[in-house]
Amino acid sequence: MSEGTFGNPKIVQEELDVLMIGGGMACCGTAYEIMRWAEAVKAESGVELKIKMVDKAAVDRSGAVAQGLSAINTYIGPDLDPADYTRMVSNDLMGITRDDLAYDLGRNVDDSVHLFEEWGLPIWKTDADGVRHDGAESMKEGLPLLKDGGKPVRSGKWQIMINGESYKWIVAEAAKKALGLSRIEERIFIVKLLNDKNDPSRIAGAVGFSVRDNTIHVYKAKSIMLAAGGCVNLFRPRSVGEGAGRAWYPVWNAGSTYAMAAEAGAEMTMMENRFVPARFKDGYGPVGAWFLLFKAKATNGYGEDYMVKNKEMLNDYPPYGQAAVPASCLRNHLMLHEMKEGRGPIYMDTVTALAKLRETLSPKEVKHLESEAWEDFLDMCIGQCGIWVGENIEPEKKMSELMPTEPYLLGSHSGCCGIWVSGPTDLGAPTAEEGDYDGVPAHLPRGWNWGYRSMTTVKGLFTAGDGVGASGHKFSSGSHAEGRLAAKAMVQYVLDNKDWKPELDTPVEQIAEEIYKPVRNFLEHKDYTTAIDINPHYIVPKMLQMRLQKIMDEYVAGCATYYNTNDKMLAVAEEKLEMLKEDSLKMRAKDLHELLRAWENYHRIITAEAHMKHIQFREESRYPGFYYRTDKNFVDEKNWHCFVNSIYDKSTKKWTCFKRKHVDLVDKSKLFKAAAPH
Amino acid sequence: MPTYVRTDKCDGCKGQDKTACMYICPHDLMALDKDGSQTGHPMKAWNQEPEQCWECYSCVKICPQNAIEVRHYADIVPLGGSVQPLRGSDSIMWTIKFRNGTLKRFKFPIRTTAEGSIDPYGGKPMPKVAELSMPGVFTKEVMGGYRAGKPEELIRRK
Repeated sequence: MSEGTFGNPKIVQEELDVLMIGGGMACCGTAYEIMRWAEAVKAESGVELKIKMVDKAAVDRSGAVAQGLSAINTYIGPDLDPADYTRMVSNDLMGITRDDLAYDLGRNVDDSVHLFEEWGLPIWKTDADGVRHDGAESMKEGLPLLKDGGKPVRSGKWQIMINGESYKWIVAEAAKKALGLSRIEERIFIVKLLNDKNDPSRIAGAVGFSVRDNTIHVYKAKSIMLAAGGCVNLFRPRSVGEGAGRAWYPVWNAGSTYAMAAEAGAEMTMMENRFVPARFKDGYGPVGAWFLLFKAKATNGYGEDYMVKNKEMLNDYPPYGQAAVPASCLRNHLMLHEMKEGRGPIYMDTVTALAKLRETLSPKEVKHLESEAWEDFLDMCIGQCGIWVGENIEPEKKMSELMPTEPYLLGSHSGCCGIWVSGPTDLGAPTAEEGDYDGVPAHLPRGWNWGYRSMTTVKGLFTAGDGVGASGHKFSSGSHAEGRLAAKAMVQYVLDNKDWKPELDTPVEQIAEEIYKPVRNFLEHKDYTTAIDINPHYIVPKMLQMRLQKIMDEYVAGCATYYNTNDKMLAVAEEKLEMLKEDSLKMRAKDLHELLRAWENYHRIITAEAHMKHIQFREESRYPGFYYRTDKNFVDEKNWHCFVNSIYDKSTKKWTCFKRKHVDLVDKSKLFKAAAPH
Repeated sequence: MPTYVRTDKCDGCKGQDKTACMYICPHDLMALDKDGSQTGHPMKAWNQEPEQCWECYSCVKICPQNAIEVRHYADIVPLGGSVQPLRGSDSIMWTIKFRNGTLKRFKFPIRTTAEGSIDPYGGKPMPKVAELSMPGVFTKEVMGGYRAGKPEELIRRK
């Protein structure tokens, strides 16, 4: 077959049993688990499942862990119960999470962590004298592995410290070996899912394009794992020049998971939720180790500890404000109060914290401590070191500013937006017979399980990591474990549908034309004007993204309004987003790189629209500190202690939002008892 | 906060079809300017969209010529500092230079096994297809990570 050209791309078609979209922690988990089960299927029945992973980047360094990490944030260990983890997830997300999903993750996540250590990830250990050793040193000292009773260094109740520069590289190596290189395709960006011609509630395939050559890839697939991360840069970032790329979450997470699932008809959940991390200003360096390991305090510009000073404000939000550890959003709420009252800047008092630690340490230990503090950034957020060196900040001598960032949408960190999925059956979750609110569209399943773990409401479409909504706090290890749990269900699904053949609901030529529309726009109109970027017939993807960010920032509770919005502002946003969505058809792509950006931005628009519609539907302010609806500025447990879910109709381009009942599977009252004396 | 490529060091990965930095960049930023039409420097790599750079250092770490460095973002950071790694097979060395000239060096482990040595299924059980519907992953019995939990915590389970 001849090579494609920019104006006339080649179309390559392939038929699969399992397609994985993405190459991050979740898909690497799926890959590892599914290949073993596929081997079992082959051994028992002789059938070889056709499996493929497609990543828009290189698996070695793709996804949120690309840069590395300094901690694994979810490790249960032998002393805590999955129920404790489930309670923590619930409280941090203001009570509205799926206990079945959190619990299932909690009981399985350590298996993945133990594998990481076996594969070569250095994990810090504490020896019998309470001295901590980095991951390599602890091996030399002969300290046992976690699996054999080794004691991790806890930087928090759930977090363990690692030397994680090569975390993703290691996890990718295992996934790539499990799959074999012939089952991996990199630099292909999947932009649309396709439903089945004969059953629109079923998935039948996915389409995308190569960012390296002029090829469109069409995959027919019985089952699809869609795990392409969360959504970044849908709000105007605090830095808008070169620093625009210094997002807290990876800038390449473009909402593809949410947009493609919604367009395929999958029920979305909690898309009103967002995460606004309070991080070191401008570099977005992690604060966890500073708070938890080095015991630093955050203060206002006048040295006051605002968590103590503004403690009473937590009483406005019972019962969540009364938990031993207040939810992340409420901690922001207390910080924002200081900023709004004009008592900034907010500081992390690194100087006092390190001085205090020095009092009891030997010079060697002090040196070690300094190295640990730097490694915390160098392993996962090198840009923060760039700021420190540029501004001559040595943490023992000079404090650093903190700042709440622009909002992010994700389901794996301290956020819970995503897709509504089928959960485990053995934890007491609501069944189909138990009923739900009126208003749940008739075609959607009732209860929290409809046959296959991690399957969305679209048959054959699965998700994990940032894709699974109404849970959160999975982080890297949990996303990997969640990908593994889904893998088993996918194999079962494929076996149960072995005689079914997917048929695409759209002709391939039509899809190809749609995907290359931005290229067509460019080629057709480029000679109309002398300046390539200014043309009445098309819009440059970068400008379209800035338009989206401006709308979201100014009307949908971005930094510009201190995270405030109301019904009137949302109505304006709604209208502006409609026009933006119309204009997205006029994006141009002057090369394949810009075609990638065009489709990423389309995904961002759909994700942003879902976020706006959900905030509009939920008539309360569930996450004070993350966003406020100033016309409904309260948490309303009576009317809104429920999930907000939605579906999108790709033909009418309209959203329908509705409530789903929330049910506790573990006792939450334990959270709110007075903390045990130390 | 973008990466930049030094003209005196980059060799375009010796005329291969793609360079190491193009291969690795998670955001498709690094490009090879084959004919020099984009940069004036033929057969050298460049960052084609610096304001989208996450500064993840993936390209810096992988470049076989150590030709890629970072000039921290111009709209925020005062000039003069640098943070430069040298990544080996089991550790990474960082050289950190402050604007005021202060110099620090750190070395951290990055993995405890040889690169390429992972045997993903070595010593792991082969599951039976009939076990697909059971809770847990296939390594549940051997990795010691399954946390069954206290049954009484599940208040709705019958």
